[in-house]
Amino acid sequence: MRLAVTTSFHNSGLSDLLLPAIRADLGLHVQLLVVGTGQALRLGRAGDVDAVLVHSKTAEDAFVSAGFASHRRPIMYNDFVLIGPASDPAAIRQASDVKEALRRIADAKVRFVSRGDDSGTDKTERRLWAAAALQPETFDPWYKSLGMGMGASLNTAAGLNAYILADRASWLNFGNKRTLVLLFSGDPALFNQYAFLPINPSRHPHVKWAAAAALEKWLAGATAKALINDYKIAGQQLFIHNAQH
Amino acid sequence: MVTLKAGLTLTAALVKRRQKTILGPIDLALAASGFTIVLGPNGAGKTTLLKVLHGIERLSAGSVTWPITEPLVRQQQAFVFQSPIMLRRSVWANLAYPLQLLGRPRAEIAQKVDDWAGRIGLETALNRQAPRLSAGEKQKLTLARALIRQPQTLFLDEPCANLDGRSTREIETLLRNAFDNGTRIIMATHDLGQARRLATDVVFLLNGQLQDQGLAPRIFNAPGTPQSQAFFAGEIVE
Amino acid sequence: MNDIWAGLEAAFWLIVTLNTDLLEITLRSLQVSLTALVIASLIALPLGTWLAIRRFRYRRATIAGLNALMGLPPVVVGLIVYLLLSRSGPLGVLGLLFTPTAMIIAQVIIITPLIASITHQAIRELWADYHDLLISLNTTKKQRIMTLIWDARRTLLTASLAGFGRAIGEVGAIMIVGGNIDHATRVLTTAIALETSKGDFALALGLGFVLIALALAVNFTIHALSRTERDSTW
Repeated sequence: MRLAVTTSFHNSGLSDLLLPAIRADLGLHVQLLVVGTGQALRLGRAGDVDAVLVHSKTAEDAFVSAGFASHRRPIMYNDFVLIGPASDPAAIRQASDVKEALRRIADAKVRFVSRGDDSGTDKTERRLWAAAALQPETFDPWYKSLGMGMGASLNTAAGLNAYILADRASWLNFGNKRTLVLLFSGDPALFNQYAFLPINPSRHPHVKWAAAAALEKWLAGATAKALINDYKIAGQQLFIHNAQH
Repeated sequence: MVTLKAGLTLTAALVKRRQKTILGPIDLALAASGFTIVLGPNGAGKTTLLKVLHGIERLSAGSVTWPITEPLVRQQQAFVFQSPIMLRRSVWANLAYPLQLLGRPRAEIAQKVDDWAGRIGLETALNRQAPRLSAGEKQKLTLARALIRQPQTLFLDEPCANLDGRSTREIETLLRNAFDNGTRIIMATHDLGQARRLATDVVFLLNGQLQDQGLAPRIFNAPGTPQSQAFFAGEIVE
Repeated sequence: MNDIWAGLEAAFWLIVTLNTDLLEITLRSLQVSLTALVIASLIALPLGTWLAIRRFRYRRATIAGLNALMGLPPVVVGLIVYLLLSRSGPLGVLGLLFTPTAMIIAQVIIITPLIASITHQAIRELWADYHDLLISLNTTKKQRIMTLIWDARRTLLTASLAGFGRAIGEVGAIMIVGGNIDHATRVLTTAIALETSKGDFALALGLGFVLIALALAVNFTIHALSRTERDSTW
């Protein structure tokens, strides 16, 4: 079966752990299409994949209510973090919450790199700016909207010595950090829920509905829970399993 | 006129290109044998006349008739162009090509290629790439390639225009041998000396028109028109 | 410079240890691009030759169109092929999306105009050169085409190699229609894009060096097979 997942999920390295286990337990060969949330939902809508695993609740709810997926099953969450130059010119280390951190960046007019690719991370970032009562469209040239994936955006941020919003997993697995360090995290507003959405067979009769259902059950189950909660990079837990039985 | 066996005949032949008359209208009868030299200054229409006679230049009006049926015309005729067209192959492959087109047996091809390579002095150059030969070698090769099919009629368009004296002499020897062996030769040139050395009869063209035609002794000694008189006297005629 | 050395080192270890993933990805790259090359050549060589020696009404327009297609960004080709092969597209029932076949289709579309255009130019030049001789020798149409293709074979080989180079180095289109699925549609270029996005420049560069080595090897092999190096003494 084919599963569209977000770059942030794949870059975390978790898929390399889960796929062999799925194969061993279910005898299911899952082919991953690693794309942004926006494109993942498009692939699902066209019936080109059998299920999607993404993280953007608003878009997912719209997807379900339009009938493209039969339902939405929350699986786990991780969190977003603010990355920036170690010198931290905007002093966001001292911010009390993420809104303040973003305001400090806007006030200091320091370079900020945005995914700009309509991905889940991108949508979260825009939601956070809005929550801080700021409009990225009005920003001076210091705000760079790229239209690229997480890895490419991190590479760009490293090159520009800029601030960027990234998911923790992608950040920890990223190999080209240069002068960038993690500057701010922990605000509940930064939590990032991943959900599994099987494509509705009444829309696309050819989808592998049974395989998707088996995978969903497995992801929500105890084996997946243990694997996900125990997955660590540099001693840090990345994901917290929160699927309801 | 002397009684001539039926040869090539042009009747009111006219060649026009983009409204401009290149040749004719022209009436011309050529005997079935002989070494005809087509003379005239540049732009007189010599090349066009040869191509019309060979059947590779379309007439705008009039007609050309051969003593044989048309499909056989170009199989029994050969043409040597002013600047040698070399196939981008070896000397051997260039000589073999006309025979290969006819589907001749390998042994016959090999034997004829060796024979002709010897006659043009290229027997040691069979594996060289033809486009890398000298100008003289190239023209000898195209001549051999034309004669290897033993054509009834051979057309040559100023074959010695870019050659030195020695190569010219070699070419002329080859041509005389071919003529002695019965090949009908029709050759354009603007070299009067060459014309006097080779011609049995002469066609003189000027501005696309037939000015004068006749057997060599008559035309060289008593040109029929003021223009041909001037031309054969070595003056510049336009 | 450090990154480049690390890349060379990574490439070295990938190759000497005969990394199985690398082997699989490399073979798939070759399989996809060589298949695309064969199909594209079968279309483009006769097409280019035909355009060079036949006069017909829309010839100029066809040639202009061909040259325009040559400049088509691969991503656009990828997007169009994706839309055609998508389950919601006109050819969706074939189920070809995210398979090597889809990647071959995209590459054929990308390189056919390139090969046809170079073929057309080479044959046209040769035809202008040979025209009078071939007409004079009363060649049949088939004999003419065979002579032109045979004598232009070195240029045509170069055209094909240019097509192969473009195919195997292409990433935009095959990323879209292939999906870069591990063990299914991942090839060298998409693997490089993936490693770059992970910030693993050494591995990405290592794969890049493997790609260059592969392209060189294929070039040498084809040249050796056709013995052009020995023949082309002029």
